[in-house]
Amino acid sequence: MDIDRRIQDIKDRLAYIRDIFGGKEDEHIRLLTAKLGEVLARDAATPGGVQAEEMSRLEDLFAFSERKLDTQLTPMDRVRIVRHPQRICLKDILENVYDNYTEIGGRGEFNIDPSMLIARAYFARRVGERIVNQMVMVIGQEKGHGEAFRNGGSVKPWGNAKALHYMKVAETENIPIHTFVFTPGAYPVEDWPGAAQQIARNLYEMAALRVPLVAVFSEGGSGGAEAVSLADRRIMLSHGYYSVISPEGAAAIEGGLRGASRATPELIEKCARQLRITALDNLENGYVDRVLQEPPLGARPTHFDFFRDLRRELIQATNEAVSEVKPMKLFRAMAVRSSVGDAEAVFMRWSLSGSAQNRLVDLRQRKFRAMSRHACLDGTGLIKRMAASARGTVWAANSFLRYDLLGRQKKRLDAMLEDLGAEAHIVRRKLLMPLKRVMDSILPVANVEQQKKGDEVRDRLTRLSCPEDGACLVGSEWAWISPRSQEDRTVSCPQVRTHHCPDLWVPDLYGDFAGVCPSCGHHFPMEYPWYLHNVFDYDRAREFNQRLESINPLGYEQFEAKLDQAKARTGLKSACITFETVINGVAAVVAVLCAPFRGGSVGAAEGEKFIRAAERAGRKRQPFIAYVHGTAGIRIQEGVNGVIQMPRCTIAVRRYIDRGGLYLVLYDTNSYAGPVASFLGCSPYQFAVHSSNIGFAGPGVIAETTGMAVSPDYHSAYHALSRGHIHGVWDRREVRKNLHQALLTMGGRNLYYR
Amino acid sequence: MLNIKELLDTVKASPYREIVINAPHTGVVEFAGLKKGDRVHGRFGEYKEKPGTLLAHLTREKNKKPLHAPEKGEVGMVRSELEGQFVEAGEPLVTIRHFLTRQEVIELVLQKALYLFRAPERAKYYFVPEVDQKLKVSGKRSVKVREGMELMIVSRMKRETPLSYSGPEGIIYSVYFGRGDNVDEGEPLIGVCPEDQLSVIQDVVARIQSEWEEE
Repeated sequence: MDIDRRIQDIKDRLAYIRDIFGGKEDEHIRLLTAKLGEVLARDAATPGGVQAEEMSRLEDLFAFSERKLDTQLTPMDRVRIVRHPQRICLKDILENVYDNYTEIGGRGEFNIDPSMLIARAYFARRVGERIVNQMVMVIGQEKGHGEAFRNGGSVKPWGNAKALHYMKVAETENIPIHTFVFTPGAYPVEDWPGAAQQIARNLYEMAALRVPLVAVFSEGGSGGAEAVSLADRRIMLSHGYYSVISPEGAAAIEGGLRGASRATPELIEKCARQLRITALDNLENGYVDRVLQEPPLGARPTHFDFFRDLRRELIQATNEAVSEVKPMKLFRAMAVRSSVGDAEAVFMRWSLSGSAQNRLVDLRQRKFRAMSRHACLDGTGLIKRMAASARGTVWAANSFLRYDLLGRQKKRLDAMLEDLGAEAHIVRRKLLMPLKRVMDSILPVANVEQQKKGDEVRDRLTRLSCPEDGACLVGSEWAWISPRSQEDRTVSCPQVRTHHCPDLWVPDLYGDFAGVCPSCGHHFPMEYPWYLHNVFDYDRAREFNQRLESINPLGYEQFEAKLDQAKARTGLKSACITFETVINGVAAVVAVLCAPFRGGSVGAAEGEKFIRAAERAGRKRQPFIAYVHGTAGIRIQEGVNGVIQMPRCTIAVRRYIDRGGLYLVLYDTNSYAGPVASFLGCSPYQFAVHSSNIGFAGPGVIAETTGMAVSPDYHSAYHALSRGHIHGVWDRREVRKNLHQALLTMGGRNLYYR
Repeated sequence: MLNIKELLDTVKASPYREIVINAPHTGVVEFAGLKKGDRVHGRFGEYKEKPGTLLAHLTREKNKKPLHAPEKGEVGMVRSELEGQFVEAGEPLVTIRHFLTRQEVIELVLQKALYLFRAPERAKYYFVPEVDQKLKVSGKRSVKVREGMELMIVSRMKRETPLSYSGPEGIIYSVYFGRGDNVDEGEPLIGVCPEDQLSVIQDVVARIQSEWEEE
């Protein structure tokens, strides 16, 4: 009986090895197959004792070969390990790592989103004679191996919303959060709350969540991974992967494939290698703090030793995160640092005091700020850099004096005077009104004058805006006109079928009409300099960090040449332009993502520039505007160096907003994926230009991953508006006016510059 | 009374519709290399977002615009003598023979043969409970309608008003709206068939169903 079970076990192991190596012929696999065949053939004839001996030999051989094969794993093999149905999943971890747990808000498919699993769990710890239960909130994706309703760990937007909700609960209860990343990527639907927008919200909240966060990565696919992984400690399983895109997706983009055609296995293998997705790569780049070694060929639910290691690692990581910020730790801090092998020996209470929480958030933010420095090139000279940092200090000091030290007192005084004035007004009115009434009846002349004055005041109070005062430029007054307007030809509006627009003469369209169809209002795509000059007054603006340059940090094949090409064609060093400008008298810092540079994709240089712009706006106490001429998402050729910009930039924005800044986002043409799902989508004020598209994944990707076609206008600005993802749609010709209006009305009292 | 047989005969005599593609505006024509007898298809895709077969390009003011086939069919005639020439708006360029599908023929016959009771305004329509019950239990053909009979409920913005049938007496043959759908003004709600013609129409539809080849 026992022998049968052992044979079955060996057969399973062989099948697993075959799956992992994806049909590659290897001498070890051949040998194992042959040996197993031999034992099976002899099986019936041999007596029990000999059989058992043979089985032990075979098992030893398997263990040896597995260790051997483990050293030959390619990145794509690791991807196959992670996706294998026998891979450990979150349910296994909950069963084996924690001492007790209760799943919250879900039971099989009766669940808001079965692919997101939430549980309250505890570790039972022994401290001296006492047993202490240490509570944690466990949040993670559940792949559910074969349970179709779990969607393979692809979390729908409402699943991420659920995760956020329970993060807030954990914050209220002051218990640490353990998140587990088991996802190939988020599920791309735009229905409320929207895939991109919800991930952005999660990142924004996690950026300042006041409890320790520990994230464990097994399968980390871009946006889906980021939704739960902005953590104080990031542990990665040694056979996992963490990547900007699946190797298949990268191969499809590299090969320029469309529709039904598939990339070759070699190309996929190559992309997996180039993207640097393994645990060691990520450790080397500094995107995870520690790698937890798994058993050979990956952890499976029967590897109980591994669960013990994971338990130790989780306790250790949480202890570390807590001990860094705890006021009273004495010898324990030292013990924590040196107790990697024996984490359970050190006991630390995981609830934090208010000041410790502040330190925790600050440390987390600084940790992410320091990442990916190596992945871009700062060509600014040493002297200039020193001058810039000195200037920064001066601005910060100046702002502190003006707005914090004196400004706060002044504000308080103003508020007091305002209140006093209002009180006095009431008293005066009560006293003088009867007298005035008598006077009015005696002296009718004064009455007429009073009436006139009253009308004026009323007029001032009730008139909100004056659209007739140069609201919209007309004729040839544009400061910058597209060079396309030089061509003598006509174009047809794409909406001609529904709106019957007449054909447009190109010089009119791009010259006078600013690329807007006068008949239906369709916006033809416009070059970004149009906005720079006509909206942001670029000629008088002061650009900064011009010399920050995109590079090829992973040595991705042919990417250097492509970058050089983009640099030569656009004259830019990265897809991001940052400058200071004045919009109708309001000084502001602007960051522009321009589509002509590699599709406006965001890499390390763009992220760094964006963060510096946000910091500058904070230091100078100015509003911060992000104008997105277009973005295709995260630059895949930079791998995780690109993805990490999602949390980094979101943290920068969060810091800026928390310090009282006003952050506005304006989308133009097409904006998709990572940036929308992080630092753009988290803005409380997002606007779009007519005819722009905003979303998480393009229609092609949605069709590919979910198998359902979406309507052609699924991502249009008006749909985004009706889903509540953006907060207004603007005409291109009125962007300057509307921006000014927004700065005045949304700035209000929490804006520094007021 | 309508002669259904005659109608069907005329359809059978020419089982297609001739679609003439005229030049929508002036311009220089450049045909896409189709010849007589080629098959073309119309717009397709779940949202009809993909255009039909390219027929020709028309260039005006350096603005090259494609002309696509509006429906599935066979190219009847191509004015290839116009290739590369300037044409006026309205000039016929290509004709397409669109073979009527089974559904289209049935629709054609029914629209001619039935009396269509149309929606007086844009709203949701429901049958009155008695009729609804009857329709559900015994099927469409079981309900007889006559002038002035209270037949439907018009539901719009929390207001529900009864609607009486007006038209010739007959049997409900087809229902053109679904429960809870908004029906535009002037769209047909039901098709009513005089009782004596019911068997004839049923016969014709069955015959078309079995005989008509074009899907």
